[in-house]
Amino acid sequence: MSDKTNILRVENVTMQFGGVVAVDNLSLTVDEHEIVSLIGPNGAGKTTAFNVITGVYAPTNGCVYFKDDMILSNHPQGKMKKMYSGKNAGMYTRVMEKTPDQITKLGLARTFQNIRLFKTMTVFENVLVAMHMRRTSNIFSATFHLNGKEEAQMRADAENLLKVVGLYDERDENCTSLPYGKQRHLEIARALATKPTLLLLDEPAAGMNPQETDELTAFVRRVRDEFDLTVFMIEHHMDLVMEISDRIYVLDFGHTIAQGTADEVQNNPRVIEAYLGVQADA
Amino acid sequence: MNKKTNYIVSAALLLGLLVLIFVLEHVLPPTSMLFVVLKKGAIYALVAVSMNLLNGFTGLFSLGQAGFMLLGAYTYGIFTIPVQARASVYQYFDGGIIRFTLPVPVALVLGGVVAAGFAYLIGLPVLRLKSDYLAIATLGFAEIIRAIFQWDALGPVTNGSNLLRKFPTFNSAIFPFVVAGICIAIIALLINSTYGRAFKAIRDDEIAAEAMGINLAKHKMEAFCISSFFAGVGGALLAMFQTTIQASAFKSAMTYEILLIVVIGGIGSITGSVIASFLFIGCSEWWLRFLDMDTYIGSFHVPLLRAGFRKVVFAVVIMAMVLFYRKGIMGDREFSLERIGNFFKNFGRKKTAAAKED
Repeated sequence: MSDKTNILRVENVTMQFGGVVAVDNLSLTVDEHEIVSLIGPNGAGKTTAFNVITGVYAPTNGCVYFKDDMILSNHPQGKMKKMYSGKNAGMYTRVMEKTPDQITKLGLARTFQNIRLFKTMTVFENVLVAMHMRRTSNIFSATFHLNGKEEAQMRADAENLLKVVGLYDERDENCTSLPYGKQRHLEIARALATKPTLLLLDEPAAGMNPQETDELTAFVRRVRDEFDLTVFMIEHHMDLVMEISDRIYVLDFGHTIAQGTADEVQNNPRVIEAYLGVQADA
Repeated sequence: MNKKTNYIVSAALLLGLLVLIFVLEHVLPPTSMLFVVLKKGAIYALVAVSMNLLNGFTGLFSLGQAGFMLLGAYTYGIFTIPVQARASVYQYFDGGIIRFTLPVPVALVLGGVVAAGFAYLIGLPVLRLKSDYLAIATLGFAEIIRAIFQWDALGPVTNGSNLLRKFPTFNSAIFPFVVAGICIAIIALLINSTYGRAFKAIRDDEIAAEAMGINLAKHKMEAFCISSFFAGVGGALLAMFQTTIQASAFKSAMTYEILLIVVIGGIGSITGSVIASFLFIGCSEWWLRFLDMDTYIGSFHVPLLRAGFRKVVFAVVIMAMVLFYRKGIMGDREFSLERIGNFFKNFGRKKTAAAKED
């Protein structure tokens, strides 16, 4: 692991809501060009971890590095000082809170567990909006259409992207009229339009049938290779996770209970316990 | 029909409209209600479109439009009253403290700039709020502005609660048509630019928009300021139309009228707002006036028709709209020549298909 450069490093992140510790002392790394999965039973804190990394929530304690630059760092403050029940209190002193849009600009794009497409827009427009972030025009030059070259470039890029993900034929349809599986693909395409280096997928296969899941597996691999990405994802479909992941982290009640390759995790007694439960005999 | 011919035909039609107004003004008597409807309709169209930019395209439910119109109207009035007329206008305040005048176009733009400046200052705290809370905060702002402008201590500038008058106005309906037309065209261009798409993204889903790298605070502020700018210009035009300015006229009822136009026209449709504006002004100023008058047919006194009944009818219309026709005239679509062309094509096709079946 040491010979590779890690692109995302989460250090001792604790997220506490009131008295509830949703994520407890989470540390993980994602290396370049890897596909890493985060799994765990319902309510384990997976999506909360994602929301911390993408800047939706400020962590209560701990810090996050992206490409060796600190993007988030916090320590318990105010009322939370007394209430804090996590570990490593006092280890972090800096406060750094980047907003989700700033983090996306650094090259970290995400999708959502419940699909969040721009519902009134067409497939093409959904992708085009994500290009807005890389604009060089200001609001005046854009209004008076003085940025024709850039606009044309954005449209060409969006069309190319739709061709790559196989949604080109549906480009003028309203995005809500797409079948469910294609909406998921579109959401990934929209995230790709921000030109990320790390792609965070929050349950990309949720609600998909086995055939769609297989397609998605191939799709994620293809996207990773074609766009030279690193993928970090939350997933419940175990066959998908075991097939695609280079490494897996397992969360349960906010704690990291296991990590390693698919085989290592599958045979870990604590993971089996968390998923299947264990008889309370001892 | 390709894009270019579409533009040319649209431009030709708009020019034809201006020529038509020009001709009408020379043919019809100048007291005709038609001109009132055209002038006020154009002004309200501009303000309604500016409100639609905020409510319909960016998803910020703001009710501060009357306040921003007031700022625009006052800025225009204060800076354009001729120096020699100031003594009589500001009779209780020794002719006021401003001793110069600006040309009309400059004052119009300045009206917009002042409104946008205030929008920026209010936006800093207020734009953190969402939906209903934002509406209440902006409505409160509009009421506060109205009260402040009637305050005697500001009399040397605002003339207190007295009228501002004697500033330059317009006679022809062409002037408000051209100014409102240019402003609406700018808003339409903005909405069709990459920024307009970002605004719509914020309206559709704030969280996803932010995750796509769109800075929410900045874009909301831009939409709020631009909307207020054009509301300010609209307010200045309204002042020119009414020939006098009084702060007490810019009540929240004015905002509701504009909101009504936006809803009738279709939230998220520029052309809808324009069409609804002329319809609304036409009804309230002209076609439905008879509802307010006692009427006799022969010796029969028509029941219900008396002063104020017009408002009752309007209220019923609003309720019916909200209940049965929520999308308004245009929904979120735009009126275009292509659409009409397609409509007639389809219509023709249906007819021939029906004829064949027979």
